[in-house]
Amino acid sequence: MKAISCVEGRAYPVGLKNIDTDVIIPAVWLKTISRVGLGKGAFESLRAVPGNVFDDPEYAGAPILIAGDNFGCGSSREHAAWAMADMGILAVIAPSFSDIFSGNAFKNGLLAIVLPQAAIDRLMEVARTDDIHIDLETQTVTTPFQDRFEFEIDPFRKHCLINGVDEIGLTLKSSDAISVYEAKLSADRPWLAPNPV
Amino acid sequence: MSTPQTLYEKIWNAHVVEQRDDGTCLIFIDRHLVHEVTSPQAFEGLRAAGRRVRRPDLTLAVPDHNLPTTARLDSDGQPIPIADPESAQQLEALERNAPEFGIDYINASDAKQGIVHVVGPEQGFSLPGTTIVCGDSHTACHGGLGALAFGIGTSEVEHVLATQTLQLTRSKSMEVRVEGELRAGVSAKDVVLHITGVLGAAGGSGHVIEYTGSVIRALSVEGRLTISNMAIEHGARAGLVAPDDTTFAYIKGRPMAPSGADWDAAVAYWRTLATDAGATYDKVVSIDAADIAPSVTWGTSPEDVLPITGIVPDPSAFADPSKQDAARKSLEYMGLTPGTRMTDIEVQNIFIGSCTNSRIEDLRAAAEILKGRKKAANVKWAIVVPGSGLVKQQAEDEGLDRIFTSAGFEWREPGCSACLGMNPDKVPAGERCASTSNRNFVGRQGPGARTHLVSPAMAAAAAVTGKLTDVRAFAS
Ligand code: SF4
Repeated sequence: MKAISCVEGRAYPVGLKNIDTDVIIPAVWLKTISRVGLGKGAFESLRAVPGNVFDDPEYAGAPILIAGDNFGCGSSREHAAWAMADMGILAVIAPSFSDIFSGNAFKNGLLAIVLPQAAIDRLMEVARTDDIHIDLETQTVTTPFQDRFEFEIDPFRKHCLINGVDEIGLTLKSSDAISVYEAKLSADRPWLAPNPV
Repeated sequence: MSTPQTLYEKIWNAHVVEQRDDGTCLIFIDRHLVHEVTSPQAFEGLRAAGRRVRRPDLTLAVPDHNLPTTARLDSDGQPIPIADPESAQQLEALERNAPEFGIDYINASDAKQGIVHVVGPEQGFSLPGTTIVCGDSHTACHGGLGALAFGIGTSEVEHVLATQTLQLTRSKSMEVRVEGELRAGVSAKDVVLHITGVLGAAGGSGHVIEYTGSVIRALSVEGRLTISNMAIEHGARAGLVAPDDTTFAYIKGRPMAPSGADWDAAVAYWRTLATDAGATYDKVVSIDAADIAPSVTWGTSPEDVLPITGIVPDPSAFADPSKQDAARKSLEYMGLTPGTRMTDIEVQNIFIGSCTNSRIEDLRAAAEILKGRKKAANVKWAIVVPGSGLVKQQAEDEGLDRIFTSAGFEWREPGCSACLGMNPDKVPAGERCASTSNRNFVGRQGPGARTHLVSPAMAAAAAVTGKLTDVRAFAS
């Protein structure tokens, strides 16, 4: 995973609530067996609307997206995070995220930053004309107009993001503990071993 | 005496391998279901890192999302190639990856094949008190058996394959208590649509919900699976129903379930799982069964639920300005005008299927309405997609397939089908579908498709009249 500590640039001011994973990447794009190339299908239905922010040259290549409540609700498809990463988005700011999406985002080094609605409203305004700056180290979102919003992040996730830690590698360090658990499990609940199909 | 615990706490505590200082836990995963869409990149990742699957014996692979639901074998019993090259490639990837990593694989023409969430319980792979994951958000379905089951993304699929664990933080707990007696014509699907309407699409966010109360206790396992299936539609991480004698009777004798002395030991353990008297939840929501009517969705979020007797709402009637905006967009997409009676809305397509409503009980409920009736002339496309080959067989043994086909339905091979429109089964743009699936999102059943979520009986009733219909009008 690529290490990430700050993001600076324009932000797509989307603002909608309940942007679901079918909006982020429709199911027809899920037939790939690779992680790259999904950016082309991202936000297809929003892009179909004339004058949408994604096709507005003003925001071309913006690394940030601002959305409303419950961003990424819907399916567990990680393709949503891959599609956003593929279009160059490094951070999403919203008042809340679906649990699965924020997990998927984290695992792909995409920042999912939670800020209260009032901060979102202000950032939506700034995003129309100016850059937004996100600093993971100090856990702040700032603007050229002296706005400064602090956000919370799980310390473990912060550590992994800043250092680009591979979570599987990390867990494999606990292999012995897993083996101990497995041994206890076969003793306590031997019936858990399924019969083969 | 130890502190009283909820069902969720008991399952969680039994699966902690390690706990970090910040509270994150390494949780052991008892069961991992794998399908073709969310797994190729995970296997690719394992290969790239030279990693193996830690517990192939706790992993089961079955294709479902992409598979066409038309005939799979030709008249000589040979597999019919899949027309769409990308789907074919994805299915081939699973077919290759499963044996390469030593995982049991149920192939597309096996009678046991079906939607992962139908196959798991049906095979006795999914058991009470276990942790179950799958790269599909409706994995919560298995919670109907009292398993802590939740959807994961592909990186987590890879993580589970490599380590049989996940790094997780404990969720909050919520009790949704449904008391009373269901009114005539009200099914488990109506109960869960109603719950979703009450809680909202994000109402369960950050929580694991336990569904309790007399209504849930009285439901069959199929009904409980339907309820827990849609936990994610009200934002919950997982849904749970405490296992009881109904659950045990359902599991007993299933091919992958414990048997003999193992069975007795398993049941004894499962009996200890129910939430203790005096245990507390972070949040409790009570629902009166008398308030639940046969329900239907009007918009593009599963929270947009109305009783079938309702009228299309006026967006300005919502208190929340962002909901007003969303409702306006929904109505525009759905092509609906505020004030229209739900029962005046014509439908051109009917889909009976999906992991929410494709088990035998669902097909029986729909067939009961369709018996001796025919679909209306304006209904162009009506399909039944059984949840598994075994459900299909049983339905055929009971003669249900003939009821469906005489009513003008197509009788298909099992899979996800028009639930997500990934295979060729799609609802045409601008047309409506009365669907027994779980999501009415924009474009879910195909680009421009307009979905109304309903129960199997309501879908059948809509087929007969060609409009969204109150199933109670069909009461015999
Ligand atoms: S039927 Fe629909 S919800 Fe269920 S597993 Fe398939 S795609 Fe997911």
